[in-house]
Amino acid sequence: MTATWLRQRGPKHLLSMADLDRNDIEQILNLTESFAEVGERSIPRVPALRGKTIAWLFYEDSTRTRLSFETAAKRLSADTMNFSVGSSSVNKGESLRDTVETIDAMGIDGIVVRHGAAGAPHQVSQWSGAAVINAGDGWHQHPTQSLLDLYTARHHLEDLEGKHIAIVGDITHSRVARSNALGFSKMGAKVTLVAPPTLLPSALEGWPVEVTHDLDEILDDLDVCYLLRMQLERQGQAVVPSLREYHAEYGLTSARADRLSDHALIMHPGPMNRGVEIAGEVADRPAAVITEQVANGVSVRMAVLFLLLGSGLDVVDDQRAIA
Amino acid sequence: MSTDIAITNATIVDANGTRRADLRLENGVVVEMGDKLDGDTVIDADGLVVSPGFVDLHTHLREPGDEEAETIHSGSRGAALGGFTACVAMPNTAPAIDSIAVVQQIYDAASDALCEIVPSAAMTVGRAGEQLAPMAELVRAGVRIFTDDGAGLQDARLMRAALEYARGLNHLADGFSVVLAQHCEVEALAAGGVMHEGEWSSVLGMPGQPAEAEELMVMRDVALARLTGGRVHFQHVSTVGSVSMIRAAKEEGLAITAEATTHHFTLDHSACQTFDPAFKVHPPLRTDADIAAVKAGLLDGAIDAIATDHAPHTRQAKERPFLSAPPGMLGLETAFAVANTELGADIEQLVGLLSVNPARIAGIDDRHGGTIEVGRPANITILDLDEEWTVTGAAMASRSMNTPYEGRSVRGRVRHTFWNGDHVVNMGEATR
Amino acid sequence: MAERERLLAGSASGTFQSRTRVMSADDVSRAVKRMAHEILERNHGAAGVMIIGMQTGGVELASRLAAAVTAIEGSQIPIGTLDATMHRDDFGLRPVMPEAATAIPDDPTGKTIVLVDDVLFTGRTVRAALDAIHSYGRPQSIQLAVMVDRGHRELPIRPDYVGKNLPTRRNEMVDVNDDGVDLGEMLP
Repeated sequence: MTATWLRQRGPKHLLSMADLDRNDIEQILNLTESFAEVGERSIPRVPALRGKTIAWLFYEDSTRTRLSFETAAKRLSADTMNFSVGSSSVNKGESLRDTVETIDAMGIDGIVVRHGAAGAPHQVSQWSGAAVINAGDGWHQHPTQSLLDLYTARHHLEDLEGKHIAIVGDITHSRVARSNALGFSKMGAKVTLVAPPTLLPSALEGWPVEVTHDLDEILDDLDVCYLLRMQLERQGQAVVPSLREYHAEYGLTSARADRLSDHALIMHPGPMNRGVEIAGEVADRPAAVITEQVANGVSVRMAVLFLLLGSGLDVVDDQRAIA
Repeated sequence: MSTDIAITNATIVDANGTRRADLRLENGVVVEMGDKLDGDTVIDADGLVVSPGFVDLHTHLREPGDEEAETIHSGSRGAALGGFTACVAMPNTAPAIDSIAVVQQIYDAASDALCEIVPSAAMTVGRAGEQLAPMAELVRAGVRIFTDDGAGLQDARLMRAALEYARGLNHLADGFSVVLAQHCEVEALAAGGVMHEGEWSSVLGMPGQPAEAEELMVMRDVALARLTGGRVHFQHVSTVGSVSMIRAAKEEGLAITAEATTHHFTLDHSACQTFDPAFKVHPPLRTDADIAAVKAGLLDGAIDAIATDHAPHTRQAKERPFLSAPPGMLGLETAFAVANTELGADIEQLVGLLSVNPARIAGIDDRHGGTIEVGRPANITILDLDEEWTVTGAAMASRSMNTPYEGRSVRGRVRHTFWNGDHVVNMGEATR
Repeated sequence: MAERERLLAGSASGTFQSRTRVMSADDVSRAVKRMAHEILERNHGAAGVMIIGMQTGGVELASRLAAAVTAIEGSQIPIGTLDATMHRDDFGLRPVMPEAATAIPDDPTGKTIVLVDDVLFTGRTVRAALDAIHSYGRPQSIQLAVMVDRGHRELPIRPDYVGKNLPTRRNEMVDVNDDGVDLGEMLP
């Protein structure tokens, strides 16, 4: 338990996979197993975060992510409150800082932020005394998605060291790709980005990845084929000629899925566009662990909420407490 | 009833180089230069540099329209504290400066300013890029620089027309060639970009503006300057390619000038990793190579002037997320110190870049820049090249505090500023 | 304070220094057999009884008890493990990290659960375990078996089966290990 992020004193945030090192990630994934067990009980609830209050600050609609966090918080007995756009003054031109300070004044322990702008959770963490969790900021990061993907992949592959994952699709506009490129490579996996050049960031210096424009070239070698959601509106934005062509060149068709190794996983952050990035039939194969990812999301978020709000790791050196 | 001021033991640095002399100012002009002068007030400038007041070719004063961020008075106060005796006010106000009525409004609001406010005017009506502003009328009202700054003029045909039309206005400007100043940014490439497109925008997941968005317009306007014989001034040049194209165009003899801001030769795009909107600016902070090119351009004359692109924004505007916060940073009160600290230029070069050259470009070198000599208006600043201080946005005269240099230690400070003999900054403090 | 809690408390607790051996390995074996008899006697056999070892100190003892019960009765008895960390009441006072597996072999509803731990001290761990058990179902009854009861209870909890009652000072430490049971203290 010498991990840097885990052992950090004072308010701790989870803003980016860049914050975590391999040891941190491994401990979070180990802890996730304990929380996965809670989910299997007939009463899947523990009092670990009783008395803690968590606010959802969702500037972007995301029913899936919010439900997942909400379920995690409830299983930990935390109280939650909602500051989603549409239900509060954030819609009325109140500045982000004013909103955060308002929430903070109510004495909350954690803020889970989803925002369309990269870096907004970093700003929130500077204005609030609460622990801040990034639940997706623009194209930048979505660390809990990456952790649940790592957990799911590790569950099936046992160890990610030396494994090969392809992240296929719209890398430029994907916080999932940015998070997982860091997450999987930190765990010792080889990460290959697969996309047309128009959907790759213009400069990839310093990314721990390889890049190809030819999915077929690496299919045989893959342990994980991770497909990103193709935003339908990208068609006609001068990035891909048509979704049909995208599916033919970069989609996981049945023929391509047949070429994957028997143990290889097919993953997707959801929601899927069947017939675009993934053939409808392929999404239903046993190798596709997409609903498992969703289930694991709750356990991972329980682990993260617990670590930030309930583990008491920040009082480790307080001798009085260790009576 | 007038009182006079003597500046003694001065090291004067101006367009004629460096020399030592005492000065006596009276009735707004330099009345005497010599040795051991005396006056009602005596300023001992021993160890200090006396320079013609600085001229900023690029100041956003926000009045009219956004007086919460800055007013002409507060901006001019910051200017005076930064050693400036003249600021070219950018026309992207609300309403835009595109008519003589708004120009007159600027002159009126400048009546209590602490430096000369030189209004520039929009090239196109409402800065909309569609129809030329009434340029002749505006030149008659005193405007010498036209710009749609904040945006580049996208339409090449309209830019050509503006350059050609401006050539016919020189007789209204006492023979001065009216300047078309361009904010070079091709919107089709830059649209949505909030920072430089490069490895940092990739990592941070923010839409970037490629250097080419600037360079394509520099390339186009060099060609149009050649085609029309018109005079183009390139604003806030920020890339390797822009600097080399401008250098080549000048060697060719085209009527081209250029400015660069202090932030474009001191800060790079890695600053954006803090997600602090204080570092959001257009053109964006770029790479180390771009910084080196801008510095080299300033030192070898490819770029004529240091401008501030002083762009105040309220606290709440800059507390938005990086993506949606408005671009721009303060510059007036830090320009000299930052340039003195970081550029690697000697003081004669600095005076050229901050005073002599910009005064000539703006057509105000009859009263600013140039030389300090008997009979010229007393637009003078007195500088301590060695004083170290720490930049603090909250301590600035500006109504805003969006400095990108917060907490940075810099060297060089303005001790006194005289604007038409008016002692507007005394011992580093504004006098009104 | 059991071995487990010292681990949870982290590096600040130092190392255990034994002063006296209060039970030998043989003493422990005898106590296990006696407790197995008592469990069977009290419950009229092993039917409907489930033994749950509390992570981590009670797990070993639970399997020994189960083996002893099987040896006496000849039938297998369901055995499980429980980590009650997430039900503790001292969050924020000390670092707590659930690190051990919970495995409840069957629905505890209607069963008699024998919770097993190595050392009974303040009773807070047992309280957490009682809470935790109920999230798996509603047992008919819950009984408590411990190798050492060292006193200093802070909650109204008492054991049903005890290997040894051992008066201690509050700052002492009881260590149950392969060689028996030691009394000593933590050295920084």
